[in-house]
Amino acid sequence: MNIIQIILILLVAGVAGMGSVLDEAQTHRPLIACTLIGLILGDVKTGIILGGTLEMMALGWMNVGLAMAPDTALASVISTLLVINTHTSIGEGIAIAVPLAAAGQALTIFVRTIVVFFVHKGDDFAQKGNYRAIEWMHVIALGLQALRVMIPTGIVLALSTAAVESVLKSIPTVITGGLQIGGGIIVVVGYAMVINMMDVPELKPFFYLGFLFAAFTKFNLVGFGGLGLIFALLYLQLEYSRNRNNNGSQAVAANNGSTNGSNADDDLDDDLDD
Amino acid sequence: MQTTQMGQNKVTLTNKDLNSMFFRSLFLLGSFNFERAQNMGFCFVMIPAIKRFYKPGKERNEALARHMEWFNTHPWLTAPIFGVTAAMEEEKANTGKVDETAIAAMKIGLMGPLAGVGDPLFWGTSRPVLAALGAGIAMTGSIIGPLLFFVLINAIRLTCKWYFLRYGYTKGSEIIQDMAGGRIKKLTEGASIVGLFVMGALVSKWTTINIPIVATKINGKTQTVQDILDSVMPGMLALILTLFVSWLLKKGVNPLLIIFAIFGLGILGKWLGFLG
Repeated sequence: MNIIQIILILLVAGVAGMGSVLDEAQTHRPLIACTLIGLILGDVKTGIILGGTLEMMALGWMNVGLAMAPDTALASVISTLLVINTHTSIGEGIAIAVPLAAAGQALTIFVRTIVVFFVHKGDDFAQKGNYRAIEWMHVIALGLQALRVMIPTGIVLALSTAAVESVLKSIPTVITGGLQIGGGIIVVVGYAMVINMMDVPELKPFFYLGFLFAAFTKFNLVGFGGLGLIFALLYLQLEYSRNRNNNGSQAVAANNGSTNGSNADDDLDDDLDD
Repeated sequence: MQTTQMGQNKVTLTNKDLNSMFFRSLFLLGSFNFERAQNMGFCFVMIPAIKRFYKPGKERNEALARHMEWFNTHPWLTAPIFGVTAAMEEEKANTGKVDETAIAAMKIGLMGPLAGVGDPLFWGTSRPVLAALGAGIAMTGSIIGPLLFFVLINAIRLTCKWYFLRYGYTKGSEIIQDMAGGRIKKLTEGASIVGLFVMGALVSKWTTINIPIVATKINGKTQTVQDILDSVMPGMLALILTLFVSWLLKKGVNPLLIIFAIFGLGILGKWLGFLG
């Protein structure tokens, strides 16, 4: 590794670290971060394959509300670095990535707590109308998130490759093999997170519908996306017309003297006429 | 009747101001914190508008301070909120007819519904679908995988953020009528259906569980437990496990704990030979 590669790796580590908090360009996702590290180290293929494998594992990991997902930035950068430099397998890559995702999560929680201090500073600057200083507080907080991944990456870069290699090679195959099996199963945690986020009982059948379609057909993902979209449109159209009919019949009931629920009905009607 | 301090000319945002807000909004979550979430990020994005509407002094300071309040929603769907907030600040600066409480109420009112539609639409559907598509290609070693994911997800994100900022600013507080209508509910439901459907497909096709224990041996042909399960319904174990994990998560079990438990199971299975 030459000095340019080291600088570029630290740069990618910083971008991934910022990406992890910003959740904008998705540079913290394994698919992107691992590929970039592979590109720098001259073994882009390993980077892409490891990235794809880790991406599958982390598919549903997301930050919703105040809940933090395990951190993919630190895990992707360091695991790719180690797998390529020490010529170990994807299995070892997974073995390294998982504890790193937990460590990265702990670090981002730490940084997000420290940032409270900068926010209080920001309050003071707002009172004085010093908007430049508020901007700086914001940028410094973002910088800390970059350092959160850069510093551990720097430490790993400083370690001797031979020493790391011997440690990795000393992991028994039952562990690396077992972790690889676990990696194939772990995806369900992500699926479960996504399902729980869209937890509407009336819509749950669509989950089973997707499952059955996949179990007994040979559609690919584009096909499933298209099918899903069509089911969504059909459902909305039917839901729509059904409500409209209900409104009609209830309006008749209201005319017959039963005024119960007619207010709610009007609200719904307004919604639909929007 | 309050009088405007700005004189007769109505102050509006220039195209450059809006572009600046758009660019800043790409860094909204930089100072995410556990006390007030996206608050300083919100202020950071609003600064170009605040500078335009308020001259240095008490009003500008108050404007900065009111956008340091607690704020949290889906980062990509903040765009319409920034637009409406800018429109309301403009009204306040020019006519004084809008007060602080109205602006705060609007922000809080839009935050929930937009997070409600953004999470299933982007985190539940767009990202996992595109990521699974990209990862599937990437596992064959092709650069097309990561490129496809990166280009498509960012095209969606940037289009939304750019368009909705201007939409919110042009429509102003009228947007609240849009939100109250059935449209948002329909969008949320539609996104959830696509998301759930694709998740179901992923559970079946993209989960690898294999139980290589030999169950029967007929005429030298072996049949493993997995073969039997697959002949009943492919992906059955994955489905059961997904529902179980979903239940655990609802019970408040830490996802990392579940992840480590599954890896433990993988190692145990490899060691004892019931997983392969």
